[in-house]
Amino acid sequence: MRAALLMVLFLVSGFSFSENPATENRIRSLEEKLRCLVCQNQTLADSNAELAGDLRRQVREQVAAGRSDDEVVDYLVQRYGDFVLYDPPFKARTLLLWIGPFVLLAAAALVLVATLRRRRRAPEDPMLAPDDKRLVERVLGPVAAPGERDGSAQ
Amino acid sequence: MKRVLLPLGIFILLVGFLAVGLKLDPREVPSPLVGKPAPAFELPVLHQPDKRFVPADMRGKVWLLNVWASWCASCRDEHPLLVDLSKKGVLPILGLNYKDRGEDAQRWLKQYGDPYQLSVVDADGRIGIDYGVYGVPETYLIDREGVIRYKQIGPITPAVLERKILPLVTSLNR
Repeated sequence: MRAALLMVLFLVSGFSFSENPATENRIRSLEEKLRCLVCQNQTLADSNAELAGDLRRQVREQVAAGRSDDEVVDYLVQRYGDFVLYDPPFKARTLLLWIGPFVLLAAAALVLVATLRRRRRAPEDPMLAPDDKRLVERVLGPVAAPGERDGSAQ
Repeated sequence: MKRVLLPLGIFILLVGFLAVGLKLDPREVPSPLVGKPAPAFELPVLHQPDKRFVPADMRGKVWLLNVWASWCASCRDEHPLLVDLSKKGVLPILGLNYKDRGEDAQRWLKQYGDPYQLSVVDADGRIGIDYGVYGVPETYLIDREGVIRYKQIGPITPAVLERKILPLVTSLNR
């Protein structure tokens, strides 16, 4: 059984490579755009699942029948939904998916700007708490009050 | 206070999303075929290979199309449920024997019971592709007009049957 299957595979692949390279490239790039439903993180081109093989056969047949790339993709989307596409289409349901990252980026930028502005406005050097000041004075001697700090403080 | 509430709010929101995400099954791809007419086909009947079946034969009935195969392990899990349903005569169940060998399929039915009014043979899986099958078992609930009303991906469980399929069948038969 397995040997027979291998034979068939060899025959099929033999056929396909003898076809013209432009068609092969088209088929290959189509298969790379489509997701295998069984191993969901693999493309049709990469997957070894049996269904992926069947779907590759479909793609091949449809291309051979003269369908355009869009028609082949539509054929699969009609049956398996947008999920077969690695690039989800831009429509109302996927709006958040496409725009979400930019919205988040914009929000983050706004927060960053607001924070930076607030920092600039805030007093640079808050006074020491009275307790801390007494402690410092005990060690270092009298400390200049904040207003007198202009480089000449000793 | 605001300093704590805002990040905490965002955190809770995130946890909420992740919790929902954990419960979703990524293997369940919503079928675009629900609400659309069941794709037509003409396939030989498993037990009478010279007879052919078309879904239009079931017009006027609410029925289940169950995709199964003798090589499919989880088909065995749902099988007793189907046998039970068919014994009770709740609704006609038809089988789509998917990428299987005739003798294996017949032996399997003999061993585990045959709940199907009939099974059709989809030897190379082409009709399976038309129905968006990607993991056997899958089950379609089809209404009187031949429109798919529900699709179960994976084995039917008692919970799914009670909560989803049977209520739908009742309302469709009304």
